[in-house]
Amino acid sequence: MRVLFAVFSYELRRFSTYRVATAAGVFTNSVFGVINAMVLLAVFDAKPEINGYVAEDAVLQVFVAQAMIGPVAIFGPPLDLADRIRTGEIAVDLLRPVHPLLWWLAHDLGRAAFSLAFRSAPTFTVGLLVFALPPPAAPEQWAGFAAAILLATLVGFGLRYLYAISGFWLMDTRGVHATAWLLGTFASGMVLPLVLFPDAMAQVLRLLPFAALVQVPAEILMDKATLPGGTIAGGLAYQAAWAAALIAIGTLLTARATRKVVVQGG
Amino acid sequence: MAEPSTARTLTTEPRRTPPAPRSVGAYPLLAWTWMRAMAQYPVSLLLLTFGQAASTGLELTALFFVFGHAHQLAGFGINEALLIYGLAGVAFCLADFFMGSVERLGEHVRKGSFDTMLVRPVSPLVQLATDEFSPRRLGKVVPAVAALCYALAVLDIDWTPARILMLPVLIVSSIVICCCVWTLGASIQFFIADAREVANSVTYGGQAMTEYPLAIYGRSVVRTATFVVPLAFASWQPALFLLDRPDPTGLPEWLRYAAPGVALLMSLAATLAWRTGLRHYRSTGS
Repeated sequence: MRVLFAVFSYELRRFSTYRVATAAGVFTNSVFGVINAMVLLAVFDAKPEINGYVAEDAVLQVFVAQAMIGPVAIFGPPLDLADRIRTGEIAVDLLRPVHPLLWWLAHDLGRAAFSLAFRSAPTFTVGLLVFALPPPAAPEQWAGFAAAILLATLVGFGLRYLYAISGFWLMDTRGVHATAWLLGTFASGMVLPLVLFPDAMAQVLRLLPFAALVQVPAEILMDKATLPGGTIAGGLAYQAAWAAALIAIGTLLTARATRKVVVQGG
Repeated sequence: MAEPSTARTLTTEPRRTPPAPRSVGAYPLLAWTWMRAMAQYPVSLLLLTFGQAASTGLELTALFFVFGHAHQLAGFGINEALLIYGLAGVAFCLADFFMGSVERLGEHVRKGSFDTMLVRPVSPLVQLATDEFSPRRLGKVVPAVAALCYALAVLDIDWTPARILMLPVLIVSSIVICCCVWTLGASIQFFIADAREVANSVTYGGQAMTEYPLAIYGRSVVRTATFVVPLAFASWQPALFLLDRPDPTGLPEWLRYAAPGVALLMSLAATLAWRTGLRHYRSTGS
């Protein structure tokens, strides 16, 4: 446990050295947020209510989405694990007295914690200020949202862990990652809130893990009836179920992969 | 006394190898070399190209969803929007194809690989632009071209000779303007190596913005995108010209003919910025 905490804090410190890059990230996320929000404002200007969303909800979701980019790493970066599998450095990871999944989870949580504080929070604040949005007042919405961010980070890690360990079978994971980033941004409600999708498509996408990354956290913050089960608790349960499932699959596949792993070279 | 005569023969002997192309001439050569390298992995290249096509395809899908709800944005229907989307896509994706790699300048500075480029007898900008040049980026252009062709076919455009002649001029100008935006974004990285994401907010952010009729963003944004960062000439002004519509934000009509001039000004600005950056470049020493 102490090892994992050390990994977590080293990773946190590593990312805290990239100050200019972080500021640049906040700027870019805010610009994209403003562009997306203005498009949606124009849409809601033409049609004031779409599937339970009004203009403010759409704008709030846009900034939730921009804020989630950092912690859930929906556009990447891939876990360093992917490269280590390709180069064979994974052999060192397997010698460690810690399960590789936990090791990389600690790693990723360090990165996520830093970007949540220094990338997500400023971006979200910019959105609230620029569009003069009243933040939700109810404490349970904020508590739910905090839990949703943590669960979304776990789901994001679970997905990226699976993408990375696909390298045990495929060697080169670039194709997997490229496809995954595309699918992730579209199916999570990042490009466009899922409420604007055709109903049948939205229903399918709401069953997939990607919705747990953006759409569900946004709806938890706004306490929408479109959440799974119609409540904040339902949304959190959905996220937790996917996080558990992905991590379980990850553990299972790691066990299978390490039984067959052959490290070449020397 | 053989030595002086040897020296003389050396100096008078004509050069056997043709001189390496110095700058722009090296571009197609380097690009072709990289393309051949990429083609060594045909399946990977095909999949990555398909992935790039899918990325713009998904944006196009989102556009259809948006117009499915709104029907009209700022007075523009879906076909007009497809024209704008197509123009923006062609301009930005082709600029990305030709110049997209320059945004990785910061990375090259950090790794020290930019120093290697400086000692080679080819312009560093050309080397940077052709670095890892890959035909996969053309995948992105496919949905944009499809949307553009469809829109040009279905829209009721009054094809006067002037319009037919101006269309290629406007498209080429828009590609040049976008290439300049990429170069300007790279030049910032001479001063702030980690500024790549800031550059992305005008390149990819600019594309996201100009894919929709600019009027939806309001007067001040249209003005900024016309006079400060002239991205309006990528899709908005050419579309107004083709559709023969007045600017809803009240900007004068002559602006739609200004694209070639703007492209020229932007080229000057980009050259100046690049040269200034290059003169201030200091190696990281790594």
